[in-house]
Amino acid sequence: MNDILKSGSCDVAIIGGGPTGISAAITLKKSGVDRIIILEREHEAGGIPRHCGHPPFGIREYGRILSGPAYAKRIAVDSRLQGVEIALQTSVVSIGQGGTLSVLSPNGAVELTAKRVLIATGTRETPRSARFVSGGRPLGIYNTGALQSMVYLKNTIPFKRPVVIGTEIVSFSALFTCKKAGIRPVAMLEENSRPTVRWPLPLAAGFFSVPLHLNSHITEIVGHDRVTGVRFEDGHGTEREIACDGVLFTGKFIPESSLARMGHLDIEPDTGAPVIDQYGRCSDQAYYAAGNIAHRNAKVAGTCWQAGKTAAGWICKDFAGQLT
Amino acid sequence: MDNINEPGVLLADADVAIIGGGVVGCGVARRMALEGASVVLVEKASDILDGASKGNSAILHTGFDAPPGSLEWKCVQDGHAEYLAICKAMNLPVLKTGALVTAWTEEEEERLAAVLKKGLENGVDDLQLLSKAEIDKLEPHLHSSVRAAIRVPGEYVIDPWSAPLAYLLQAVENDGRALFNAEVTGGYFDGSHWLLQTGRGKVQARYVVNCAGLYGDIVDHAALGNSEFVIKPRKGQFVVFDKAAFKLTNSIILPVPSERTKGIVLFPTIFGNMMVGPTAEEQDSRDDASVNKDVLNMLVEKAIEMLPALADIPVTATFAGIRPATERKEYRIIEDPERNWITLGGIRSTGLTSALGLGRHVHTLLNSMGASFEKRKNVVTPTVPNLAEHLPRDCNASGYGEIVCHCEMVTQREIEAVFNGKIPAGSLSGLKRRTRATMGRCQGFYCSARLAELTEEKFEIPLGVGDAHE
Repeated sequence: MNDILKSGSCDVAIIGGGPTGISAAITLKKSGVDRIIILEREHEAGGIPRHCGHPPFGIREYGRILSGPAYAKRIAVDSRLQGVEIALQTSVVSIGQGGTLSVLSPNGAVELTAKRVLIATGTRETPRSARFVSGGRPLGIYNTGALQSMVYLKNTIPFKRPVVIGTEIVSFSALFTCKKAGIRPVAMLEENSRPTVRWPLPLAAGFFSVPLHLNSHITEIVGHDRVTGVRFEDGHGTEREIACDGVLFTGKFIPESSLARMGHLDIEPDTGAPVIDQYGRCSDQAYYAAGNIAHRNAKVAGTCWQAGKTAAGWICKDFAGQLT
Repeated sequence: MDNINEPGVLLADADVAIIGGGVVGCGVARRMALEGASVVLVEKASDILDGASKGNSAILHTGFDAPPGSLEWKCVQDGHAEYLAICKAMNLPVLKTGALVTAWTEEEEERLAAVLKKGLENGVDDLQLLSKAEIDKLEPHLHSSVRAAIRVPGEYVIDPWSAPLAYLLQAVENDGRALFNAEVTGGYFDGSHWLLQTGRGKVQARYVVNCAGLYGDIVDHAALGNSEFVIKPRKGQFVVFDKAAFKLTNSIILPVPSERTKGIVLFPTIFGNMMVGPTAEEQDSRDDASVNKDVLNMLVEKAIEMLPALADIPVTATFAGIRPATERKEYRIIEDPERNWITLGGIRSTGLTSALGLGRHVHTLLNSMGASFEKRKNVVTPTVPNLAEHLPRDCNASGYGEIVCHCEMVTQREIEAVFNGKIPAGSLSGLKRRTRATMGRCQGFYCSARLAELTEEKFEIPLGVGDAHE
């Protein structure tokens, strides 16, 4: 077991080893905060970029264009070069007052007390269930995160001709993934009169020959064992049905704030994010939240990298007694 | 019945064949195996609990509101007692919540007296009429407009999927068998034995118990040529709230029951969530468990009316179950002693509780038909993995491998055990019911890929449909 976990205490515990967490760890280390640890529940660090197989990552951090997995590897290696400890396959089960964490790893359960905790658990897409979409619950309904980890980490595909719901940046990232994996989306549905992302990204739909239906609401998922179709109401109020073998719900990001919610931290009712002050501190001032959990949206890795740096800066000031 | 004489493999030869792997079939199989019969359970799906039993309210009922003196009442009470007697040995959890029958209008308040009277008639003598102050103390988060309530201390919350699995597992561990993908399409009785035709081959048995739930009337038609009841499928939609809601109530919050249904209930689950449902929607389809946006919104509104703090809690899951209602309210237990046949029909929401009681009832009926079995000695009592949130899970013991589903803390060891067990999961849904994988907040956002890998070549309908080519 990791020395810090064994000792049961540290200066800063960072929950989540994605771009935010790693960047904060490196910054803290460089600032002389020594006893820090990243708690990462997956078997490798790097976060969501691990399964975003497309560029551009790393422009801000490294001045060059990398694919997501290459970027994820690079930031993980960099953090180790800086002497950052990353405990892998290590889950924070619950959080308590003043920075006490219940931590579980294959080596057993430990209590870890950190002077400060940075919650950098990111964000995830709203699943079908929470969107209250009518219809059956056949196989073939996924979020982009699940699709991309299937394609890039496990080399498998969950459908061949899905309907894609949403037109956020991630929705077009999903189109790239589909293209790469040999999946041919049959339609892209957007509720509003224009795509969520700005021009020219929506042109990608045309580029991939995916018909983009605006003002179109999904009304029902059809299928018993597997998805066989999607019904939607188009811009003229006409009910239409498209045959497909999957539905990909993209975007509508919600903060991954379960630990805060199940613990004692205040949550903003409308966004679901932990309540933070101008320094990123939570309602219990031993806790900070930064990166996509605090962005209330999925920002790109470079933005999270910057957020991690900023959070580390506030934590250093906090240690120096400069925060009020 | 034409194909019955065609050559076909004889898959099993048993004393008692049980048709249907829902909770009732599993309960009957267990009881008859314990009584010394050789049993075979035949199920048309690839796993148990594929019909009505996959979606229910998971409440262990006391029978306080059952029709007094009815068979349903007796089986519920027997089932309640037997569950509590066996649950520890089989590692089945109980959450001793109790229930509150809550009155929100003057009219409902007036009906509470009748509920109390009926409870006493039913031998449930620990019901308590609570004052407004007592309600506020017990359930401080309940909306202040609640007028009065009856507390039913014996209504508990259980695991609706592990319990029937444990029942069937015990039947199997005691020389029973379970056949899947074996839809019964016909049968022939030769005066002493039944020969059932299934989709996979023939099954011979001296006695048959039809526990086919939503298909009970169809099976009776196929084998007996007639059915005394007609299944009128009744859909119930549910909304599952995030685990943050669990602490908002101590009890199961019941409405004052009506003649037709127990109404919409708000209840904590054994898995640490809070649920609201079910609706009661008549439909023709026996397998269309689709949800409806407007209905789900209505359920959430209804839940927030009762428990305002739910307004700030996200929804984790939505689903629908289908109850095998018939044209009448009561259980439709049909005996055909001439043909060694019993049908257990029309068993709705109380089935989870009454299954063990129904098992005992079937034993009595078979005895009266002249069947006599020698009670099994050296009974094997298997245990099932605990999935309850309030008790230690697999990840709390070392050697679990990795956490596969982080939201529900499902381990690699738990998933592998499902496939190495005596009744392996036959579908992703079956795996979910046995482990809770993907049933949490993210609904598979993080773990679907790993699950696709771990379940490769395990299911007839796999998660992956091909390779990602570059």
